[in-house]
Amino acid sequence: MPTFPDHALELLGFGGEGWAAALLKAAAVTLALSLAGFALGALIGALAAAARLSGRLLLSLIADTYATVFRGVPDLLTIYFLYFGGSLALTTLGHWFGAQGFLGLPAFATGTVALGIISGAYQAEVYRGAYLAVEKGQFDAGQAFGMTRLMMLRRIVAPQLLRHALPGLGNVWQLVLKDSALISVIGLVELMRQAQIGAGSTRQPFIFYIAAALLYFAIASATGMFFGKAERLTARGFRRG
Amino acid sequence: MDVSFFAEILPKLLAGLPLTLQLAGFSILYGAILAFLLALARRLEMPVIDWPIRSFVALFRGTPLLVQIFLIYYGLGQFRPSLQALGLWGLFREPYWCAILALTLNTAAYGSEIIRGGLQSVPKGQVEAAQAAGMSPFLVLRRIILPVALRQALPAYGNEIILMVKGTSLASIITLMEITGIAHGIISQTYRAIEVFACAGAIYLALNFLVTRVLGFIEYRLSAHLRPAAA
Repeated sequence: MPTFPDHALELLGFGGEGWAAALLKAAAVTLALSLAGFALGALIGALAAAARLSGRLLLSLIADTYATVFRGVPDLLTIYFLYFGGSLALTTLGHWFGAQGFLGLPAFATGTVALGIISGAYQAEVYRGAYLAVEKGQFDAGQAFGMTRLMMLRRIVAPQLLRHALPGLGNVWQLVLKDSALISVIGLVELMRQAQIGAGSTRQPFIFYIAAALLYFAIASATGMFFGKAERLTARGFRRG
Repeated sequence: MDVSFFAEILPKLLAGLPLTLQLAGFSILYGAILAFLLALARRLEMPVIDWPIRSFVALFRGTPLLVQIFLIYYGLGQFRPSLQALGLWGLFREPYWCAILALTLNTAAYGSEIIRGGLQSVPKGQVEAAQAAGMSPFLVLRRIILPVALRQALPAYGNEIILMVKGTSLASIITLMEITGIAHGIISQTYRAIEVFACAGAIYLALNFLVTRVLGFIEYRLSAHLRPAAA
């Protein structure tokens, strides 16, 4: 048996034997999963950053511990923890309502929560740093104009926060995108899992993992360009040092 | 939570520590050497060398580590006859070496950019002064460029080392029973996810704490000239 048959490339086509449609669909799942996880992480991260900036000891201790733990523990361990811990809770809950056997958590939702919790720990640091980068005098100026706190947040803090946070957020986004491959271990058919399925059923792992790598690379490059554009857009009012 | 369960799982999890340390240690060491060579090669500014290195760095930074591990372990396994002919099959057959290779290449890609940034931060005047004093290019590198560049790159490289310690957990997916692999095994048998996560997580946090302290100490030692003189 030749190890690298001539029809190997046909496996990646759209024809009868081709896996192109399946891989592209899985890439869309990867993108959707990463977006959902990143969005949830933005919410968690903003709350954690606000807690650390609040000046209240307990709140800031909780937020600090959260960021330290989830940035220091392997993401894979966090994913196992959430999946098995969550499934156990669900199974216990199910038994009270008369369900039988083991109830697994839905993989997409678990993946979103996992990526949200992990990326939230990183995003918290980004938002905190960006908030601290806003000049103090601007708050005074806002107050002197008689702005309410909400209006200051909307008109003064938020636009600048976004500008300072964007480079850091771009890095976290790349991290989330790559971390989404780990969600394959809990059975979600995203790009990594689909590549494994293709590799297994055709016995052509090399070509399938290369294809997956290139698709990840394409998504990372395309979304990276988007972040670059957003950075230029928010920085257009500022002189570069 | 009961203490006896912790007492039961802690030794089991710690049994995976040597493997985690080996995977991290070897890949960080080999990766740093490779990263350093790549960063130096980029300084030559020759397109023939630049282009392949830039592609390597972009590809390894732009794709998930898990894909890289699978590509090396399962993907290259497909070329068994060729690898046997080259005498490399003994290496690529072992998940241990495949994991180390993947982690090494991954960290070398990130590390080379960190070191490159460090090298670029060396003020040109210092290099010119050394040249004016008649130092050979190698001596300039050893005495002027490297001490400044490595000190500059250290904090960022510290983050990369922590990412590598965390990255070793992916070796469990290709059957290596390091800490995360053992944790997964215990969780799927006992379903006591919270306790196992707390225990395994504490080991990783302790490990990363140690890494940051050691690096902090090295940084402190290397920046004596930046501190105010002792009173």
